Amino acid sequence: MNEEKILIVRCGEVALKGMNKPYFERVLVERIKRNLKEFHGVTVKRTEGLIFVRYPHDIAQNKLIHQVGKVFGVSSISPAVESESNMESIAAEAIKFMDENIAAHGTKTFKVEAKRADKAFPIKSPDIARQIGAEVLKGCKVLSVDVHKPDCHLFVDVRRDKTYIYRDKIQGFGGLPLGTNGKGMVLLSGGIDSPVAAWMMAKRGMLIEAIHFHSYPYTSPRAQKKVEELAGIVASYCGRINMSVINLLPIQEEIVKNCPEDETTILVRRFMMRIGERMAEKAGAMMLITGENLGQVASQTAEALVVTDSCVKMPVMRPLIAMDKVDIMDKAKEIGTYEKSIEPYEDCCTVFLPKHPVTKPKLENILASEAKLDVDKLVEEAVNSAENISIYPN
Amino acid sequence: MIYLDNSATTKPLDRVVDQTGYIMSSVFGNPSSLHKLGIEAEGYVSEARQIVADSLGVSKEEIYFNSGGTEGANFVISGVAKALKRRGNKIITSEVEHPAVLRAMEGLEREGFNIVKIPVDSKGMINLERLKEEIDASTILISIMAVNNEVGTNMPIEEICRVKGDVYFHSDCVQAFGKLDLKGFKGEFLTASGHKIHGPKGIGFQYVKSNSKVAPLITGGGQEKGLRSGTENVAAISGLGIAAAHGEKNLLNNKGYISGLKEMLLAGIESEIKDIKVNSPKDGIHNILNISFLGVRGEVLLHTLEQDEIYVSTGSACSSNKKGQSHVLKAMGLSDKEIEGAVRFSLSEFNTKKDIEITVEKVKEAVTGFRRLGSFR
Repeated sequence: MNEEKILIVRCGEVALKGMNKPYFERVLVERIKRNLKEFHGVTVKRTEGLIFVRYPHDIAQNKLIHQVGKVFGVSSISPAVESESNMESIAAEAIKFMDENIAAHGTKTFKVEAKRADKAFPIKSPDIARQIGAEVLKGCKVLSVDVHKPDCHLFVDVRRDKTYIYRDKIQGFGGLPLGTNGKGMVLLSGGIDSPVAAWMMAKRGMLIEAIHFHSYPYTSPRAQKKVEELAGIVASYCGRINMSVINLLPIQEEIVKNCPEDETTILVRRFMMRIGERMAEKAGAMMLITGENLGQVASQTAEALVVTDSCVKMPVMRPLIAMDKVDIMDKAKEIGTYEKSIEPYEDCCTVFLPKHPVTKPKLENILASEAKLDVDKLVEEAVNSAENISIYPN
Repeated sequence: MIYLDNSATTKPLDRVVDQTGYIMSSVFGNPSSLHKLGIEAEGYVSEARQIVADSLGVSKEEIYFNSGGTEGANFVISGVAKALKRRGNKIITSEVEHPAVLRAMEGLEREGFNIVKIPVDSKGMINLERLKEEIDASTILISIMAVNNEVGTNMPIEEICRVKGDVYFHSDCVQAFGKLDLKGFKGEFLTASGHKIHGPKGIGFQYVKSNSKVAPLITGGGQEKGLRSGTENVAAISGLGIAAAHGEKNLLNNKGYISGLKEMLLAGIESEIKDIKVNSPKDGIHNILNISFLGVRGEVLLHTLEQDEIYVSTGSACSSNKKGQSHVLKAMGLSDKEIEGAVRFSLSEFNTKKDIEITVEKVKEAVTGFRRLGSFR
């Protein structure tokens, strides 16, 4: 047997985008192709609002589904078989398909769901379902029909040239194809939140660049390794990520020497934003992305966020702002970053933590403290010291 | 490079590297094979077994090769518990054992064994009187390390052997073998490892006094007289033999030389840096010096020193990647601040006076720098 196998890939929201539809679909096909480039002999084509992935039978189907499932914009995937659009062929393929199902899943009851996209087809949908159901009952002796709670729905999708028969609809993440919504610079720490924030923005079609701050030797080189691995997991969804790595220690030292202790965190935070904005401009990113979450820590109170925001012109995306921590954790588990995030290496946020950080900072106080620093020079030096790392999908 | 983390692992001797390479490429036979390549390989294993046995003054029939200290501790603790569970369920150990011992004990505790952990004093020394009192008819095993890996306390293993009666005694000698004379060891089980004595990693041995009752941890092809199945790691075993012979031959010289370096390091730090606390006892092993630099974080000191290629450790390498404090320093009653600032310098015969001079200077620089910044914390 050397036949081709098929995955039907559906794009949910993409289909709603009116005039932009062909563009989005084209990008989506490109993204699927890119995610499948390690597999040989795979073709990806779109016809009649569906995307067809055709692949040689010796490629493991679950690997392929896993890779296609990581493409943003994909709403669901169905492994399918194809037949000519006439009743005999459809019935024959359906019987073969159900036989395999019985063998693989022990299916006992079924129900046919037919759909006629080609209205020129002479038989109406309910009649297709009835006739194919009868043929399958005759062909596969051990099956019976159960219209209420079948073990398996047998979908028959009749189109002009071909008809597609399938059972499963495996959910994708939805969203929009990468690259359809600009580029953002994520401030990536080793924590739970920021990788999720990056992932969520990427899911809406945004290309991701990253910046990571450390305080070596006050932080461990292992903390940076951990961030690189986290970024690698995010990159498995959104492709290669350029990550700038910057040592914040010189700035932290200046702050500690010159400014009130309880403002340390918020002052450092403002420097991160300024440096992030500069690096974003360099990379052609139009906005910043952070994992900030209202009220989670002292630097994420409403007051603190206002003070943090006021030092940059670029919009700051905070996709997690209104989520509960448990929901963020669930998301992290779903996308596979959680286990890595909870490894216990300190990142720069925790090193210079003041005992009692100010939770309701006043902008005028913060500006007064910053007046004691040569902010522009410090930012300039930090930007110039950036080390660039390419993070590949892992 | 100035390598002062020899209690974590050591640089293998050149001869060890050559020998293991040679055996892997040329004598790759399985010692169990009947042909001459197998017999040749078996010869190397047998030679190493003799060297190790001689260094302990025991019979080579009592030496079993395994993968190292962690396996050794797990083998003895679970193996004795299994073999003697009808006789009793009490096992005595200390609060400052290596995690390999402590975790194995906790496993038995969950199975219903009564595990008694003897406390230590501020020098890391176990309370011998408490230990004596704890020994009773239900006690099946005592497991006490010979040398503590974090601070270097020499535990009174000879004394324990004198008072233990019929109870089996196991000593984790990972930090002692090759550094102290263990001839005349009166216990039933002794665990040692290759990579702490300039041998290869992943290899160690177990001394099991003849006729001791113990069940194997790993079963299979019946190698090592059925006590440790698995094809012998011939190259590593031979490397371990070379390292053991080297250690045995240079035991006294090294002890004198390394003690001198350690005293120099201690004197240098004490005279150059204020607000320190020496955690190693004066009469501890000659190669370990544990010091708390108050107001400094050990890990930051470690990363500062590594920039000058000086390698030290905070607590023990096996627990530095876990959150939380050194259980040894905690058991010794150190405060949180003292634990946070603790650094372990562990020396070897390959360190020089120059190494020590540079280290004192760089530690001083790093500590001063940190204290200037860290005062607000």
